[in-house]
Amino acid sequence: MKWHRINALLIRHLYLYKRSFPRIMDIIYWPVMELLVWGFLSLYIDKLGIGGFNAVTVLLGAVIFWDFLNQSQKSVSISFLEEIWEKNLLNIFVTPLRISEFFVSTLLVGLVRLILVGIILATLSFLMYRFNLFELGFALIPFVLNLFLFGWALGLFANAIILRFGTSAQILAWGFLILVQPFSAVFYPVSALPSFLQGIAYLIPSTYVFEGMREVFATGTISSAHLWGAALANLIYLILMTTFFFRMFAYVKREGKLLKLEG
Amino acid sequence: MAPIIEVTHLVKEFGSVRAVDDLSFRVEEGTITGLLGPNGAGKTTTIQMLLDLITPTSGTIRILGKEYRSAREYILANLNFSSPYVSLPGNLKVHENLLTFGRLYGVLNLREQIDRLADFFEIREFMKKLTYNLSTGQLTRLNLTKALLNNPKLLLLDEPTASLDPDIADRTRQLLKRIQKERGVTILYTSHNMEEVEEICDKVIFIQRGRLKDEGTPEELVKKYGREDLNDVFLHIARNQTV
Ligand SMILES: Nc1ncnc2c1ncn2[C@@H]1O[C@H](COP(=O)(O)OP(=O)(O)O)[C@@H](O)[C@H]1O
Ligand SMILES: [Mg+2]
Repeated sequence: MKWHRINALLIRHLYLYKRSFPRIMDIIYWPVMELLVWGFLSLYIDKLGIGGFNAVTVLLGAVIFWDFLNQSQKSVSISFLEEIWEKNLLNIFVTPLRISEFFVSTLLVGLVRLILVGIILATLSFLMYRFNLFELGFALIPFVLNLFLFGWALGLFANAIILRFGTSAQILAWGFLILVQPFSAVFYPVSALPSFLQGIAYLIPSTYVFEGMREVFATGTISSAHLWGAALANLIYLILMTTFFFRMFAYVKREGKLLKLEG
Repeated sequence: MAPIIEVTHLVKEFGSVRAVDDLSFRVEEGTITGLLGPNGAGKTTTIQMLLDLITPTSGTIRILGKEYRSAREYILANLNFSSPYVSLPGNLKVHENLLTFGRLYGVLNLREQIDRLADFFEIREFMKKLTYNLSTGQLTRLNLTKALLNNPKLLLLDEPTASLDPDIADRTRQLLKRIQKERGVTILYTSHNMEEVEEICDKVIFIQRGRLKDEGTPEELVKKYGREDLNDVFLHIARNQTV
């Protein structure tokens, strides 16, 4: 892998963000609105005083973490779609660029977005709801890292499907992640799911992160089972999705469809 | 001297369609070679195989003496491509596009290189414009600028003058000639415009239904088939008459 090529594409995407207000708003608008809804709801639930349950920490932590996952997946998919929309795939793939370098660059775009959103949401939730994300301490690092990697794996999956079926499948870039939400124990513990769904929940890396987050807020410690669970599940997904993407890329090259992805 | 491109028994099948059928040819260093044929002859498929964007069914491609399997990075660093059918991102400014591709190719002294090419192609006055605001003629020059950023030894062009008005098409031809003369770049380009090919190509390769029909210099072919000009030769061959 060559850094100058990864850097070239990273800057290429940042040019767009630098100039485009709607693009920046797209990053900020949805997460902030969501935070406000859940923030006020949490305050209200806390006022009702349901014992042994701190709605603000449980729900706001979940909202912010969910958005990390969301940003990561979307960045990977949208950076890819951007090249298809602009008919630029051919141009970049006749340079010495490798597919792996392409994906590392989209990963970095995702990282930039995640940090931006993270700062905004953490600040806003602290100012408005006295919720301090940094109470999670060092556990925050593996948590965010795992969400980030899982988002990447899902983004790769969506991209592989878009590669195979063209832009008619681009709705996946936006709609796919929501399929994970009910089963990943985002706003409620795994134990709240019917037992046949609990097994499915533990197949999803982000489940371990959300469980772990609630654990830290409740007890101040984190069990290594949650960290290892997330890391292991992520590793498996990343291997599967990367392989899948490379296979789809080879398929598209065989079928001569690389330039026929639109429509 | 070793050829810049050496294609041997190249085949591409899409399902039951044989888009390229046992095609062999060479492109010699420093020449402008035209890859000619009617619509659907397999020109684009061939160019895309030369760019490693389509995987051949069988046969070999050697570019600069090497194969993609073992030397992808070397080959791609030394060639470039342009076609009106692909575009540079419209939502980037002209200079942003050039910087991006210059970085992708790892061009040394990139800004000087861009300056030099900007003068050559007279694109300086719209460097700060968004790419989708350029006129067709400006876009053509920008595409050629991008195509020369990495000082390629080989330039592959898919119908570079298609969809251009006669004036801009002519200016483009003059630029291609200058690129070849002043920079010694080898050019392979597809077209079905015979006058154009006759004007600028040192050599032409005729293909039809994926197969090589004939090759030679324009004069040789005109003479061989006893025709007025290359256009006549093209019609003659394309209509499958015998000599
Ligand atoms: N991706 C593809 N899938 C199936 N058939 C294709 C594909 N690309 C090209 N073809 C077919 O291969 C033949 C050659 O096409 P092409 O190389 O585009 O010709 P040209 O560029 O000379 O007009 C045509 O019959 C075309 O329909
Ligand atoms: Mg064509």
